[in-house]
Amino acid sequence: MAFKVVHYINQFFAGIGGEEKANIPPEARNGAVGPGMALNQAFGGDAEVVGTIICGDSYFADNIEKARQEILELVKQFEADGLVAGPAFNAGRYGTACGDVCETVGKELSIPAVTGMYTENPGVDMYRKSTYIVETADSARGMKNAVPVMARILLKQLKGEPLGKPEEEGYIPRGIRVNFFAEKIGAERALEMLVKKLKGEPFTTEYPMPAFDRVPPNPPIEDMSQATVALVTSGGIVPKGNPDHIEASSASKYGEYSLEGMESISAETHETAHGGYDPTYANDDPNRVLPVDAMRELANEGVIGRFHETYYSTVGNGTSVDNASRYGSEIAQKLKDHNVDAVIVTST
Amino acid sequence: MAHVCTIVPISLTVGANRIIPAVAIPHPLGDPEKTPAEEKKLRKALVKKALLAMQTPVDEQTVFNE
Repeated sequence: MAFKVVHYINQFFAGIGGEEKANIPPEARNGAVGPGMALNQAFGGDAEVVGTIICGDSYFADNIEKARQEILELVKQFEADGLVAGPAFNAGRYGTACGDVCETVGKELSIPAVTGMYTENPGVDMYRKSTYIVETADSARGMKNAVPVMARILLKQLKGEPLGKPEEEGYIPRGIRVNFFAEKIGAERALEMLVKKLKGEPFTTEYPMPAFDRVPPNPPIEDMSQATVALVTSGGIVPKGNPDHIEASSASKYGEYSLEGMESISAETHETAHGGYDPTYANDDPNRVLPVDAMRELANEGVIGRFHETYYSTVGNGTSVDNASRYGSEIAQKLKDHNVDAVIVTST
Repeated sequence: MAHVCTIVPISLTVGANRIIPAVAIPHPLGDPEKTPAEEKKLRKALVKKALLAMQTPVDEQTVFNE
């Protein structure tokens, strides 16, 4: 017996209309509609599109919670074994809807799902960790290539067959680590990689580095004697006792602390929460990491206009890049809100 | 923004634009070998260097060695 599959598409691919029809609420139809026909063909009789759910892109984007529930109820009616959404190519609202529907049926109904998107679709970053997203072209011209891959990935899940690596199967990496036995030990694999690198040959890393963004340098401060300057540190300097319990490694938060009325900090008032370096010197004199004494003096001397009396601190020790980026954005926003002109960031 | 740090390559990797090399990992703005007065002088000089870096126009990542 063939697996029962529900297909989610938007108003455009259902042939209802374009932007003028993007506000239609979810509706269900029996059987395949639009790209569902090709999907049925690709299933080769192992699965069948028993129903299609159509929702306008704007309707979904404007009523996410409501649309999610309505679509979930419609999926339930079909008693489906799996769900395919899209592909959405480079359509942002559609991609977000497809990702959300896949994530929701996975969570609520525990059925496998797959969707397809262009790598730059905003839905990719939002949902690649929670569902399988096949990498597609940026427009519907890529339909012919996308559908068979999506069909295969869903069928494998329905049959309980293991899925291979993202690049082998054609889906966007989900950031999931899978243990396996390699034929060669790590040292051998590393040396082979090095030799390839030395020869200028292509090689594949086993541990891709995170991609760091680049920002254009800010223009210089014209008049430092009028500027408000703040301190931020990843060296873990916190008030004595670490009131926010910032972790010694893999920090899950940053702290925001007042220096009001303090000419300096000392072993009596502050300490480091950082577990990645010998804390002796920072604990003896926390100014060695967070130079409060120097900033005060420079403010008194008029070298800087004003010392911002709140500092921000986290522990930069195994802290994930995602978290660190978030702390950075939040801290930067807070500093901007307080009209801080310049920031010295210290790291251990 | 100026980044005062000891391991300059990390700062370059993560994308800081104005980098001031510091003293040592466990005491970037201090030196326990020095007298407190000397140490303070050293710290102030490093902070001033960071301030100067932020008053210097740069169009790419720059390490302020001197």
